[in-house]
Amino acid sequence: MTKPLSIRTVVTVAEATAIDAVAKQAEVLIRSDRVVRGGLSRIKESRSFLLPALHALQSESGWISPGGVRYISELLQVSEAEIYGVATFYDLFRTDRPIESDYLAHVCVDPLCSMTGSEELLTDLKKNGQESERSACLGLCANAPAVFFQGKQCPDYAMADGDLGPSLQTISKGDQLLKRVGRIDPTSLSSYKNSGGYEALSIAIKMGPAAVIDLVTESGLTGRGGAGFPTGAKWAAVAAESTDVKYIVANADESEPGTFKDRVIMESDPFALIEAMTIAGVTVGAKTGWIYIRAEYPLAIQRVTMALAKARHSNLLGHNILDTDYSFDIEVRKGAGAYICGEETALFSSIEGYRGEPRSKPPYPTTSGLFGRPTVVNNPETLINVLEILTGGVTKYKSQGTPKSPGTKLYCVSGDVHEPGLYEAEFGIKINELISLAGGPTSATQAVLLGGAAGSLVEPEHFNLPLSAEATQSHGVSLGSGAVMVLGEQVNILDVIIRVAEFFKNESCGQCVPCRIGTMRQHEQLLQIKQTIDVERPNIELLRDIGNAMSDASICGLGHTASTAVQSAISSGLIWGSND
Amino acid sequence: MFGAGGGTSSYREVEDSEVILLWGSNAREAHPIYFHRVLKALRKGAKLFVIDPRRTASAEFADLWLGLDIGTDIALANAIAREIINANLHDLTFIKRATTGFKKFKESVDWYTLERAELITGIPGDAIKELAHSYANAKTAQILWTLGITEHHNAVENVLSLCNLALLTGHIGRWGSGLVPLRGQNNVQGGGDMGALPDKLPGFQDITDDNARRKFELIYETKINPKPGLHLTLMFEAMHRNELRALYVIGENPAQSEADAKSARKALSQLDTLIVQDIFLTRTAEMADVVFPASVGWAESDGTVTSSERRVQRVRPAVKSISSTKDDLDIIVGLADRLGANWPARRPEQVWDEIRALSPMHAGMSYERLDNGPGLQWPCPTTQHPGTEYLHGWLWEKDLEGHQAAPFSVTVHEGPKEHLNPEYPLRLTTGRVLDSFNTGVQSRNYPSPIRTGQTIDLNAIDAEAIGISDGEIVKVSSKRGSIKMTAKVVENLPTGLVFSTFHFPEIADINLLTNDHWDLKSGTSEFKASAVRIDKFVDEVTI
Repeated sequence: MTKPLSIRTVVTVAEATAIDAVAKQAEVLIRSDRVVRGGLSRIKESRSFLLPALHALQSESGWISPGGVRYISELLQVSEAEIYGVATFYDLFRTDRPIESDYLAHVCVDPLCSMTGSEELLTDLKKNGQESERSACLGLCANAPAVFFQGKQCPDYAMADGDLGPSLQTISKGDQLLKRVGRIDPTSLSSYKNSGGYEALSIAIKMGPAAVIDLVTESGLTGRGGAGFPTGAKWAAVAAESTDVKYIVANADESEPGTFKDRVIMESDPFALIEAMTIAGVTVGAKTGWIYIRAEYPLAIQRVTMALAKARHSNLLGHNILDTDYSFDIEVRKGAGAYICGEETALFSSIEGYRGEPRSKPPYPTTSGLFGRPTVVNNPETLINVLEILTGGVTKYKSQGTPKSPGTKLYCVSGDVHEPGLYEAEFGIKINELISLAGGPTSATQAVLLGGAAGSLVEPEHFNLPLSAEATQSHGVSLGSGAVMVLGEQVNILDVIIRVAEFFKNESCGQCVPCRIGTMRQHEQLLQIKQTIDVERPNIELLRDIGNAMSDASICGLGHTASTAVQSAISSGLIWGSND
Repeated sequence: MFGAGGGTSSYREVEDSEVILLWGSNAREAHPIYFHRVLKALRKGAKLFVIDPRRTASAEFADLWLGLDIGTDIALANAIAREIINANLHDLTFIKRATTGFKKFKESVDWYTLERAELITGIPGDAIKELAHSYANAKTAQILWTLGITEHHNAVENVLSLCNLALLTGHIGRWGSGLVPLRGQNNVQGGGDMGALPDKLPGFQDITDDNARRKFELIYETKINPKPGLHLTLMFEAMHRNELRALYVIGENPAQSEADAKSARKALSQLDTLIVQDIFLTRTAEMADVVFPASVGWAESDGTVTSSERRVQRVRPAVKSISSTKDDLDIIVGLADRLGANWPARRPEQVWDEIRALSPMHAGMSYERLDNGPGLQWPCPTTQHPGTEYLHGWLWEKDLEGHQAAPFSVTVHEGPKEHLNPEYPLRLTTGRVLDSFNTGVQSRNYPSPIRTGQTIDLNAIDAEAIGISDGEIVKVSSKRGSIKMTAKVVENLPTGLVFSTFHFPEIADINLLTNDHWDLKSGTSEFKASAVRIDKFVDEVTI
């Protein structure tokens, strides 16, 4: 397999053209015979074009070719070593060899897809000559096993794009956050407007920023990404900053295994996200928004990009939106295959053109976020809740859910149920009710993995646990992003846990030692336990120590939660029988 | 007084400058440690303008590089001044209180419109305007320069034209604002401070000043000639005229470092007596009648050095010198003994205390204080005085604290002495690279991974016009001689300008070509501007 490479160090015309199309506008050096303009501040400003430039190169050449790197280096005045540092950070950039054919298939091997035969699919694809790689969760869990096709000079696509048949559409049921999903044409602004779209923005503009912040605060809306921070407080903090450059960032790097809610929103109701971000911008005084979408969601990227163009065309984005004094516009940035970029500060680093490594907090994004400016960062689900609050009123909003967790939540139900899909339900719904909503279990359920890879295993005797922030917290688990993976009787829980550990090992960014070493050792230890389980007592103490080190000493949430599922499996006795 | 021989600012002040003009300096290569401080400033958001005929490694960090024609610095500075005045960005309050001669200066720069400056310097007028506005509007701004300013026949006028800009905008006498000539060695400043100048006694006291002289005569117990001596360039002229018959050279290699080296070597060979004191057997030492092998100043000696920020620091021996060498001080004291003088100060601290007694700016710097801290910056007149971080703070005091107001100087653009002509159509300029030092005496014996030897650099257009390609051997000639060199086609030079280092005289003796027109006020030769031609190399050329 070690075919010698002929390294081209000169950029091809096609590569240069592709890079220029996305990054020429950011060229650092402006040369004339006697004057050259450049400098660190220009380099800093242009650096956010590095990720798009790398995407253009990867897509044109099928890899990050040395000639292309040299060309980008000259264009953006970033050293080639730094560019390699960034490119090698992401799974979807190849720096060793080009993709050979038109497509590279990324086959999800995370627990859900493994349960449905993704390893066999991988073998079949390879046998048929399709270049294929193992991949982390692709957010298509209700349609497992999932495959994402990364194109070379061809558009990317994923298996749920609809062109492979309607049966792959994700089942989505809900009458508030999901009221338009599947019922309107997501490519049509008038279809969106006819079903109540852009009413909320008019209301927000009429109310004024202060009143909107009061309303969002009063509603009790909290972040839906897992941390559950009060949205009103976040917006108020950014609104209070006196600088005139602020940002709204939609964190659509939805990569938590088992989670696909934001994908459904962006694919089926993209204007809702845009409207909600516009409201946030108007409210906190930001003029620019960014939507960071993971590259594995090509349809979402396409739909959102198209919706942005239409909104701009109709004066709903840009200067003086709806003929008011407010100006707001949105840029889309495509991720490149890195779970960690869902961590908000890592996401900022990624947009800015650096390796997607998290930063220490404080300072918090509300004071020093994207490009060091005050930033509101919310995920799409959180943002579209604001539309419901503005149009339906706080009273109605708070009448749902529990007093501490008002409103509805999107639950991503996958695994061994009859109708896996996206279900909107009030906070406080019990696990067994949710399973019934999804058509009931297909076999005796061993456990539910709640909150994705960063979540915990819940055994059937606790299936009457209400899914609210406060109830899950007092039970010692976390609702997380709303992933509910139902594990039936045929599932080997130890294999699930090993895959979770492998996932964290792969996705640790490597910046801080506890996580870099800890995720590696945790996975190693579990593999060893699997081999020796019949003859030796597993070294649970060691796993506990590794877990404690990671949760105590890591910089960010990835390290903090990398042992949660493992520890919950041990303490619930779901693996190797007894708990001590 | 304004005009004392030293940089006005401390090194670290540049970190707090908003706008930095790096003028005729490739500090990234020639002053790499200091350049770290410039980089810190840039990371804090400072704006860097680099004014240099070449787009140097330093210029790669610039917000704006302005590639002026060689020797048009005064035209550029005057045009900047005119633009600042016309846009009403000058600091009139400061000018009225602290300066003299503004009216005359204003009239003198009025001729230098942006259009004329563009014609003379080659830099577009709007770039000059941008620089002028940035510099004038900054809260703090420094002008840093090195030999690109001073290795010209009108070096002093060049410097004065930069001083004018600082006086115009009040970018002087404040933290983060100042005029900073970067020195080439760790103790160039100290050499001047100690009176190694033809017209100054230690501490910049004028040799023509009777009171100053009397003070020294009392301690030296001898008469001091009130007539200023000769500076280096005049010495060589006197040698050519056979008036100067004996020369004592300490730590200098004029046989290779002088412009028009062939003529310099001839002058040295005519001497009755040539004494060379050095740590290496240099080309000059090879010509000497007597060589005093000296130990290494920075590693084997005890004493002090003074850096460009006027900081006097203690140095101590780190290694023992080899037995056949002696400390510079011991050599000089020993020579004095043989000549029958019996100097009381024989050890470094004794010499230093003698200096303190004679030079008021050093009076407060006892060895005890120097030993117990990071050194002291002159002026430091008493043992309680903390030293002076930046000079000329008095410019901002109401009555100027009794100082004379700082004068504006009228400077006139002249351009290099040696004009280009059809026979010698290319402008040659010389400079330094990161890993080598001057004529290579101290650096050529050490390997360096980035050393590429000595080439004659030119741009692709000129190379094509001559019909040569990268790596080709060529003949480079000036009125004074011809040498064989390797051509290197580079991107950082404008058309008509060629460049070489002078670190490798054994490969190519570039100073055989350079121009010895020199500045009447400073005695520095115009190394930066010679007229040359480049031809394809053919064998019969005698090298």
